[in-house]
Amino acid sequence: MEDIGALFHGFSVALTPFNLLLMFIGVSLGVIIGVLPGLGGANGIAILLPLTFSMPPTSAIIMLSCIYWGALFGGAITSILFNIPGEPWSVATTFDGYPMAQQGHAGEALTAAFTSSFVGAFVAVVMITFLAPLVARFALQFGPPEFFAVYFLTFCSFIGMGKEPPFKIMAAMMLGFALAAVGIDTVTGQLRLIFGWHELMRGFDFLIAVIGLFGIGEILLSMEEGLSFQGRSARIDPKIVIQTWKKLPRYWATMVRSCLIGCWMGITPGGATPASFMSYGVAKRVSRDGNKFGTGVIEGVIAPETAAHAAGTSALLPMLSLGIPGSPTAAVLLGGLLIWGLQPGPLLFVEQKDFVWGLIASMYLGNIAGLIIVITCVPLFAAILRVPFSIIAPVIVVICAIGAYTVHNAMLDIWFMMLFGVLGYVFKKLSYPLAPLVLALVLGDRAEDSFRQSMLIAQGDVRIFFSNFLVGGIMSLALVLLLWPLFSRLRASLRRTAPAPT
Amino acid sequence: MRTQLSLGWPVLRRVAVLPLVAMCGLGTSAAVSAAAGAWEPTKPVEFVIPAGTGGGADQMARLLQGIVVKHSLMKQSLIPINKSGGAGAEGFLDVKGAKGDPHKIVITLSNLFTTPLATGVPFNWKDLTPVAMLALDQFVLWVNAEAPYTTAKEYIDAAKKAGPGKFKMAGTGSKQEDQIITVALERTTGAKFTYVPFKGGGDVATQLVGKHVDSTVNNPIEAVAQWRAGKLRPLCVFDDHRMPYKAKVTDKQSWNDIPTCKESGVPTDYVMLRGIFMPAGVPPEAVNFYVELFKKVRETPEWKDFMERGAFNQTFMSGKEFGEWVAKAEQEHVGLMKEAGFLAKK
Repeated sequence: MEDIGALFHGFSVALTPFNLLLMFIGVSLGVIIGVLPGLGGANGIAILLPLTFSMPPTSAIIMLSCIYWGALFGGAITSILFNIPGEPWSVATTFDGYPMAQQGHAGEALTAAFTSSFVGAFVAVVMITFLAPLVARFALQFGPPEFFAVYFLTFCSFIGMGKEPPFKIMAAMMLGFALAAVGIDTVTGQLRLIFGWHELMRGFDFLIAVIGLFGIGEILLSMEEGLSFQGRSARIDPKIVIQTWKKLPRYWATMVRSCLIGCWMGITPGGATPASFMSYGVAKRVSRDGNKFGTGVIEGVIAPETAAHAAGTSALLPMLSLGIPGSPTAAVLLGGLLIWGLQPGPLLFVEQKDFVWGLIASMYLGNIAGLIIVITCVPLFAAILRVPFSIIAPVIVVICAIGAYTVHNAMLDIWFMMLFGVLGYVFKKLSYPLAPLVLALVLGDRAEDSFRQSMLIAQGDVRIFFSNFLVGGIMSLALVLLLWPLFSRLRASLRRTAPAPT
Repeated sequence: MRTQLSLGWPVLRRVAVLPLVAMCGLGTSAAVSAAAGAWEPTKPVEFVIPAGTGGGADQMARLLQGIVVKHSLMKQSLIPINKSGGAGAEGFLDVKGAKGDPHKIVITLSNLFTTPLATGVPFNWKDLTPVAMLALDQFVLWVNAEAPYTTAKEYIDAAKKAGPGKFKMAGTGSKQEDQIITVALERTTGAKFTYVPFKGGGDVATQLVGKHVDSTVNNPIEAVAQWRAGKLRPLCVFDDHRMPYKAKVTDKQSWNDIPTCKESGVPTDYVMLRGIFMPAGVPPEAVNFYVELFKKVRETPEWKDFMERGAFNQTFMSGKEFGEWVAKAEQEHVGLMKEAGFLAKK
């Protein structure tokens, strides 16, 4: 109850006209940052961070966290409209969001995405409000083996659930792992797979691959298919928001499940990207329309968006209470805290009550502000699809190129983006799935690090992955998910052979 | 573009040097500041950070940018850019390639020495122009507060008793400062650790709080939050002198209360450079401008606060003195890394 009092005090701190203004500015800036691929939440906040040094810390963090909300919301827009995920965690949103837009349901997909983002983030904030200290301790349980188990679970929940043959999924995933291995190796400190070419040492950034594979690849396909976006006929109707909202309560189970996955992954801190993939994978398996996933099912938008935002929000919790950033953006915010003279860590909640509860209150308000802004803009965003392809396509290519350049300020990355574009086109033509490649590229590096750290700690003993209840449980769950398709096929064939003798 | 710039420089330099020569004749110290005032950035200055966002170097660079903006120390803006690829090699190669460009500066950490030595990427501090040492970062030996060890000696003895490789030391990166210290510690004491590399200092501290490893050599700023919360215990600082800050950090202890490792019978020391460099071939007036700029930064309350919070060693150097320090530090690193077997195979 004491917390509720503190929260209301927080609202009074956050609810000054100046802070409200900052909130709206922050969300709007964030949406723009999220829409531009390559800029990303972490970079956006890093760029704007110094501007806030002359503000009081509470106002500064309110603005920055609102940029963060805005970027989270904004990432969904390009994923759905153009199949270009602006942020790693929006990749899973493209699987069903983009087909929906192509079928003329862009408004619906956007509304579903924004609303479920809001729900995910809101649930996570409520959890932060009431469970902060308890939950924070849980994050400490995570050592290298536990991290590896989580990544392993993400990979496993993905294999075997695709429409494509499992071997094609594996092939795409392996290519992703190979690309992720390029650059410096954390464990030995050596450069690898660069073949003496120093430009390669920064490795293949996920964003460049994604912008190329999805964005450029999609444009190449559209060009072949007749120079038009199929979503052109999208009805633009402000009522679409209300109509979609009426449908959403039907998917409460998906939302609850995705919130749980998201919060858990945010705290641990596995992050928003694994959360969105895992949630999509699980939803696909559990849902009655599972086999329709990937063709434009609204549930396929709800699941990853809810989880990504629940994770993104709860990632701020370990940052505040332990001083561990749960995401790159949180890491930059953490730097900000230090500069404002605040020491994140277990004592922040005790020593800086105003600040912490002001921030938490601003999470509630920023989220609501964000939802209002993006929802009112849905018809506007959807209208972008009405622009003729011959005009919008060059614009997209230019934005993609700028995005790819921004990641490392390197011209070479633009060429890589083009290469990935061709690769994406070839993959589509040969019906290889892109998602496993992207997933492996994002998480391959981290999974490898945590596996090798575990091996160092255990001195090569693989039993470390079953050494306690937590890690053993996650690993077992992963193995079950991995082998599930085999089981079900086996059962099906048994059932088919069983009646034969009778 | 580049040729235009290099054509432009000699002209500017002549203009700047003339009054300098005239005033030197008068023997006034004003000559220095006049020369510094003679050159000013004419476009935004790129501030390369050879490390990822959120790390120690990144925090310092962004603080510098904030101070410069807040106190209007420079007419043009300072734009930090992270180039962390290849353990920072990406950033250094970028600055190396920008020969003669006075609108580019880079903040360095020990990877200025360790990265080329460990990976064989072709750059050396001699490819850059040393500007100033901003501070030296300390390293402290930390254990979990629930561990029974209260002195470095007790801990090292326990590690020796447990046998080689049984105690785990977590650190940032591989073949970089944290591992160099670990190897130096092993060398002077005879204890053998299993070194487990992580990506950032924050991860390392958290792993120690969660008891997944036995000790770390985190920088003060990376571990101070957990120390204050009573989760970690500092055993000794890897320096000749104790840290000067006497204000209480926890209820009982200040930074100054942490003994040096030498005092505790574990004779190992290591400090890390936090300095500023520029590309080679820049005019001396430009170097002077940045030296003066960072001198002004050091006077601001924000900087002083930051130094105290991170218990930095506030040694400031510039010019020839700094160049000599860097040359000496490089030799030390070659020695340390050779002993540890970390040099890249040629």
